[in-house]
Amino acid sequence: MTTPDMTASRRRLLVAAGAGAALGATLRGTGVARAAGNPDNLPPNLPEWSRTLGPGVIEEAYGTRSRHETAARRYVPWLTQDRQSSVSFTPLAEMHGIVTPSGLHFERHHGGVPDVDPADYRLMIHGMVERPLVFTLEDLKRLPSVSRIHFIECPANGGMEWRGAQMSGVQYTHGMLSCSEWTGVPLKVLLSATGLRPGASWVLAEGGDASHLARSIPLRKLLDDAFIAFGQNGEAVRPQQGYPARLVLPGYEGNMWIKWIRRLEVGDRPWFTRWETRTYADLMPDGLSRQFTFVNEVNSCITYPCPEKPLRERPGFVEISGLAWSGAGRITRVDVSVDGGDTWRTAELQGPVLPQAVTRFRIPWEWQEGRQAFLQSRAMDEAGRVQPTLDVLRRVRGVESIYHKNAIHTWLVDRDGTVANVQID
Amino acid sequence: MSRSISAAIAAGLAVALAGGIALAQQQPGREALYRPFEAPQGERTRGDVAWPAPREIALPPAIPGIGRAATSQEIAGWDIAVRGDGHNLPPGSGTAQQGEELYVQHCAACHGDFGEGLERWPALMGGRGSLRGPEVRRTVGSYWQHAPAVFDYIRRAMPYPAPQSLSNDEYYAITAYVLYLNELIPEDAEMNRETLQRVEMPNRDGFMFEARPDTPDEACMANCRQGRPVTMTGDSRRFVEPGSGSGFSEPQ
Repeated sequence: MTTPDMTASRRRLLVAAGAGAALGATLRGTGVARAAGNPDNLPPNLPEWSRTLGPGVIEEAYGTRSRHETAARRYVPWLTQDRQSSVSFTPLAEMHGIVTPSGLHFERHHGGVPDVDPADYRLMIHGMVERPLVFTLEDLKRLPSVSRIHFIECPANGGMEWRGAQMSGVQYTHGMLSCSEWTGVPLKVLLSATGLRPGASWVLAEGGDASHLARSIPLRKLLDDAFIAFGQNGEAVRPQQGYPARLVLPGYEGNMWIKWIRRLEVGDRPWFTRWETRTYADLMPDGLSRQFTFVNEVNSCITYPCPEKPLRERPGFVEISGLAWSGAGRITRVDVSVDGGDTWRTAELQGPVLPQAVTRFRIPWEWQEGRQAFLQSRAMDEAGRVQPTLDVLRRVRGVESIYHKNAIHTWLVDRDGTVANVQID
Repeated sequence: MSRSISAAIAAGLAVALAGGIALAQQQPGREALYRPFEAPQGERTRGDVAWPAPREIALPPAIPGIGRAATSQEIAGWDIAVRGDGHNLPPGSGTAQQGEELYVQHCAACHGDFGEGLERWPALMGGRGSLRGPEVRRTVGSYWQHAPAVFDYIRRAMPYPAPQSLSNDEYYAITAYVLYLNELIPEDAEMNRETLQRVEMPNRDGFMFEARPDTPDEACMANCRQGRPVTMTGDSRRFVEPGSGSGFSEPQ
């Protein structure tokens, strides 16, 4: 993220200026008007689509969603100066299950999306290896591969709200998060081909885009569960996610999953690149920064109800639903509170519960019109970590560390069923 | 460790366990999870020494015949990474005097004539002493750890619309100018592979190792607020209506 240099007051002024126009767009986008429908299509009548033949096969050789669907990635103009070095957010409120549709996967680029010709793609591995090698994309696809469902999350997810609640909905408070099935070659297969020289301990991974984003990665992680992915959700990795090949580092912060990866250099220490000093280091209140903070810790958010999916005019039964994830492994439990954290009930986890993957939770609730409620979720993982309150997190880390904010989040369900992003004590 | 400190820690641990808190450090496997590397001695990260290799490396049998040897010429063309300690800095040199015109031509449109940063583009200077808040400014002078990394980043990613389009001499000169803007070197100091790595960055000792887990593993289930009423400390509705209004699906 390039955002944090802005002062809070300037951000808020900018937000306020845009709010009027945005509100109009929001209301037009809701399903309230459409729900009334066209009586000619409703029982006992035969709807128009039942009375004629529809298009045949391969009307679309590559299919797209229904023209009635509108879920969209969105970006926040005041966060960044341009769209090349910027971020867009996944509309989490629109998601079903745990897999993010590739077309709605959040984007974070530092130099725009390169158009890589797969015939000209090369991955070079060199440095402290026995045999420096160059692989083509076909080479990578010939080698033994794995498929794994893993979330990827920008460590700045939620980072706009260390000081206070200011974003309109879950798309912006948690939407730098997506979950895909990734397919590719384990690094240990590639590094066994190159061999490793004695003393090798860290590896630099570098992208082939205009920013040439480069991160130092401990060799131990690469040999554990990392892979070079060419597949995403059953097809080629999308250009916005690194086509034709990207690094997958399960549980680690998203910027390290180098996209359009062109080079791996084996060495005996970190490189201390710009993305390990200027950004992606966590500044603490004493003025010192934590460096090489890789794991995205246990986190969760409620996606229904949420500001984008209010309860207005819908009192009664509500299935609270949301997403939990942890870079440390599997989610073991999610508790939900509707009274601002005084009492908690344990939610049902939807299987399969996979390591370093998004896990959906559900719990029934009864909302009474005219009653306020403060909804929260609190996730736990198999490392025994528990999602902290925002208060606890701020006490330890202050408000300037930008990254790794995994605090329990609060939605206010107001008396009229409006759902708002708030912070509570 | 003195006996009294040990006793105090033991007592604290007993209290914590009695309170149902599993102390973060007590969990097995967490060290490997948060810090999957062996670090050199000391509390601060450092780039001037090798970091120890993993004790056991188990590689599967190599699959021969897939991939081909990389030539030294191919490696030289792509091996642009300059390490924090200056390793792999290329031949060449430049001064801030030589860099000023290049900076004005290639950099000032975004970063400003003095590195102050225009609009939302990053500032390159200033902010010294700001890291303890409340108005933190992360710049080359206030925050960056190593001078060679400045060269590395400018060469690999700048000028923004045309990365790696200048000569190494020109990149040295622009690097010198940015360091000069931060009053870290004189205007006529020549930056090259020897001198650049000796520039002392103000925040060079400002980076430490990962310190998580740093929050308790507590999960109270009932009467957790102990009668304390809920008070709202922040409300996004002061700034924006609930919904999707913070952003846009079309370029603005």
